[in-house]
Amino acid sequence: MATRVGMEVSVAIGEMVRLANADVIAAYPITPQTHIVEHLAKLVANGELDAEYIPVESEHSAMSACLGASAAGARAFTATAGQGLELMHEVLYIASSMQLPVVMTVVNRALSAPLSVWGDHSDAMSCRDTGWIQIFTENGQDVIDNILCAFRIAEDQSVLLPVMVHLDGFHISHVIEPILLPESSDVDSFLPVNKYPLPLDPAKPVAMGDFGPPFIYTEMKWAQEVNLKQSRETIVKVWQEFGNKFERYYHPVECYRSEDAEVLLLTLGSFSETAMTAIDKMRDEGSNVGLLKLRLWRPFPFDEIRQAVAKAGVLIVLDRALSFGGLNGPVCSEIKAALYNEAKRPKIVSFVGGLGGRDITVDDFQEIVNRGIEIAQKGSEHEFEIFGVRE
Amino acid sequence: MAKPENELTWKDLEIGGIVTEPGNASQYRTGDWRSQKPIYDFSRCIKCALCQIFCPEGCVQQNADGYFEADLYYCKGCGICARECPTMVITMKEEE
Ligand code: SF4
Ligand code: SF4
Repeated sequence: MATRVGMEVSVAIGEMVRLANADVIAAYPITPQTHIVEHLAKLVANGELDAEYIPVESEHSAMSACLGASAAGARAFTATAGQGLELMHEVLYIASSMQLPVVMTVVNRALSAPLSVWGDHSDAMSCRDTGWIQIFTENGQDVIDNILCAFRIAEDQSVLLPVMVHLDGFHISHVIEPILLPESSDVDSFLPVNKYPLPLDPAKPVAMGDFGPPFIYTEMKWAQEVNLKQSRETIVKVWQEFGNKFERYYHPVECYRSEDAEVLLLTLGSFSETAMTAIDKMRDEGSNVGLLKLRLWRPFPFDEIRQAVAKAGVLIVLDRALSFGGLNGPVCSEIKAALYNEAKRPKIVSFVGGLGGRDITVDDFQEIVNRGIEIAQKGSEHEFEIFGVRE
Repeated sequence: MAKPENELTWKDLEIGGIVTEPGNASQYRTGDWRSQKPIYDFSRCIKCALCQIFCPEGCVQQNADGYFEADLYYCKGCGICARECPTMVITMKEEE
């Protein structure tokens, strides 16, 4: 029987990657991801994980090495954060277009400048259009479970796409939590051996990452878009199977006391936990509020969002990133686009907050909801409000 | 390739656009963006093969009489062969 053990989430991530039997880990250490790769390096050095650990000279190389390993049919894993993710950026598109099922944890960190090692979602949002599957998590157990699911999803023969599992820097990565690590036999029965259908093989040569002149580029890109959109079905199926086996259930959009709610708040990542406490408090005080937690960011769960907000009058979205010069935060803009053609849709209010590691407390969430209701009724002179900025 | 390249649909592609047929780059026609083509006066040719060595496309081959001649499926009309030929066998002529 698996037992719950108190451990740092970063260490637990390393343990999960060990249980998943990764073949190749190529990584460059960067705060706040460091403890993950340190732990993995130790596991490999001690012979507890039979994998190649490649200590590369940059994140660009880390992702490139993962692509090569994945192309050869290996199970490849890496982890990064903030600036490291940005340095990988070019190679991210190549991983998804070449359909290489790399799994990466991104310990979300605010982008420079000014230099910040603390968390927000600016790094995650900059990858929105890279063609990766992007999953957000709200606590340590979520992260561990979703890393296991990520390998299953990425390597599924109907998907074959790279997956990012996002966790908030420090708020999740450095916290010691009671973690239930699955038994290795359960992992093995849930996660079959990786079988990439067309690996690099001298006996059966293939060419990958080829030249794509104008006559074929559009077809390639459309095939990629269709594949990413269709992966949602497999993602949901894998989460369901995971739930059946491990009794923890995940969904593209998770609803908390939202069924009858007139006012909905939408968050993603670790802030959802604080938001739940705030919702409980407001419910106790008689407010008709609920919470939506966006777990799947790419492919975007349009149907689930439309369904989840169908009965609400007001939807308040909290982004932890700016889309400079854009209408709202990236998540809110997406949701507005998703609902624009709906006959009945809630009033949507956009907030951006929690930037560069600034906390949003239970009281702050109450303030956001109250201010959101006020804006829904009376309007605001801004397209979105930036929470807590000193004027 | 079962279909000509410009008839391939997005459903015909392998995962990630992987090419499973070795050497099929030879099917890629580089000769269709040529604006000039080499023409030859073989009476002056000394069969030195310099045109073949210098051709960046690698498309110069010996014909049945042993003269060196461009394969126009690949020749991109750069004119390097004409420039390098020591006996002025080759001149570049505008394509129609
Ligand atoms: S014109 Fe250029 S490409 Fe054509 S045969 Fe001469 S050297 Fe080769
Ligand atoms: S370089 Fe001129 S002389 Fe030499 S083989 Fe070619 S055409 Fe003939």
